Amino acid sequence: MARKTLPGFGLSMGITVAWLSALVLLPLAALAWKAAAQGPAAWAAQILSRRTAHALLLSFGGATLAALIDTLLGLLLAWVLVRYRFPTRRLCDALIDLPFALPTAVAGIALTALYAPNGWIGRLLKPLGVQVAYTQLGVLLAMVFVGLPFVVRTLQPVLESLGHEVEEAAYTLGASRWQRFRRVLLPLLTPTLLTGFALALARAAGEYGSVIYLSGNLPMRTEIVPLLIVQQIDSGGDTGPAAVLGALMLVFSLLALLLIHRLQAWSSRWRQAH
Amino acid sequence: MAPGPLMDGTHFMVARRPASWGATALRWLLIGAAMLCIGGLLLLPLLAVFIEALSRGWTVFAVALADPDAQAAVRLTLTVAAIAVPANMLFGLAAAWSIAHYQFRGKSWLNALIDLPFAVSPVVAGLIYVLVYGSYGWFGGWLEAHGLRVIFAVPGLVLATMFVSMPFVARELIPLMQAQGSEEEAAARTLGAGGWQIFFRITLPKIRWALLYGVLLCNARSMGEFGAVSVVSGHLPGLTNTLPLQVDQVYNGGRSDAITSAFALASLLALLTLVTLLIKRLLEWRHGDALARSARQ
Repeated sequence: MARKTLPGFGLSMGITVAWLSALVLLPLAALAWKAAAQGPAAWAAQILSRRTAHALLLSFGGATLAALIDTLLGLLLAWVLVRYRFPTRRLCDALIDLPFALPTAVAGIALTALYAPNGWIGRLLKPLGVQVAYTQLGVLLAMVFVGLPFVVRTLQPVLESLGHEVEEAAYTLGASRWQRFRRVLLPLLTPTLLTGFALALARAAGEYGSVIYLSGNLPMRTEIVPLLIVQQIDSGGDTGPAAVLGALMLVFSLLALLLIHRLQAWSSRWRQAH
Repeated sequence: MAPGPLMDGTHFMVARRPASWGATALRWLLIGAAMLCIGGLLLLPLLAVFIEALSRGWTVFAVALADPDAQAAVRLTLTVAAIAVPANMLFGLAAAWSIAHYQFRGKSWLNALIDLPFAVSPVVAGLIYVLVYGSYGWFGGWLEAHGLRVIFAVPGLVLATMFVSMPFVARELIPLMQAQGSEEEAAARTLGAGGWQIFFRITLPKIRWALLYGVLLCNARSMGEFGAVSVVSGHLPGLTNTLPLQVDQVYNGGRSDAITSAFALASLLALLTLVTLLIKRLLEWRHGDALARSARQ
């Protein structure tokens, strides 16, 4: 390629590598080193404590469930925004980006204002016996909120590029609406849906600001892993226990990132093949 | 669904009419469900911020914004963004130049590494800097011996903010510059142009809207970041509280008008969000073909 002719390789590569080393690799190495230095006993004590085990279950279980809900809602939203024309469509489309752009702390207190027992929506749910704020349902709701745009924005360009041809072919062959969706569209969208699911999952599992206000942070009930990390750092002293939890979260993030890259590659191959 | 071109009009009417009632009903059912979802889950929280902020009238709103600690928080947020955003713009340009114009080993690893801050929990992003620069961290002792503070001080806020907002410019520029290729730059080179001349005369005009787009999103994240800066801030009012941290502290402060005051400060951030989304839409609408989204398809 243009390695010989185009100048600037040394400078641009130098800045890029220096930047990533100082800001990403060195601090991540510090985390790995600190976590490894804790030894198996400290790891076991940290992970097996009931409070941490509960937080791990809520963070990863809740994020999985939230990402599933996001996938279903995201499919609905992307489908409606791409295929139908209706008033306020452009406004609706612009609002999808809101969880990306709204600071998480602002989203957190706004969701609490809506879903607290005396809040706008919480007041309506109370007679039905449903409480969202300060319960695991609140954690789930905040996680659904932050993950939603990932699924919609991943699906939209793919739905646009699919066009109507495949479905029309199925239509002329006599396929019913449900068959066209289930047998034609869904298989074509599978890699994209999985990519959106993985992105939403990674975001929801690590989310902090949007969750902590609505969850109420009740030990053994609504505490998430990032909150435990913050509490352990704020308590001062040894950062070892926080490093163990941080390393766990980091390994999860790396696996999610690897999975997302694989899924994106599969998704583009899949689309070219069909 | 539109009929195939081989069907004539009569057949179309006959084939279509029985299905059309169901199709129309389903269509509006889906649109209704989508609008309910967007309205309830996305629009309502945004409205809640502004309505809660003004729920006790303009006086409480103005008093909350006039608070010296709140104003210090606004200044600190602007300062942190004024360092982090240009820095990440420089990084994004360098990363995109090297990845788009050259072939080298480990390129896909480099590409994946740039995405990493998006996947890492913001809390972990703060923690890793505590482990390097905190009192018990790798350089903590050396820093203390020289009277320098990074953690629980402004440099830590800048570092954590730079980490979380790092990929925005690079992610926007890399796919676009890869799609544009190196031919025009190579042609300028054979005509005798120098490196900076090529960058400013050839590359920059081709990527300026995408660069602005990336900077816009990078800035929104820098000013709105909460989790990462929360870990490294130490929460000293007037000193190390950025605006989102100040919102948190006022909200949990327990004063009688705490919630309303917190929402008043939060409304500034919500306003920033609205302006960001508006400019983003404008860029997508006016210059959509010069953004990375057109290169990806």
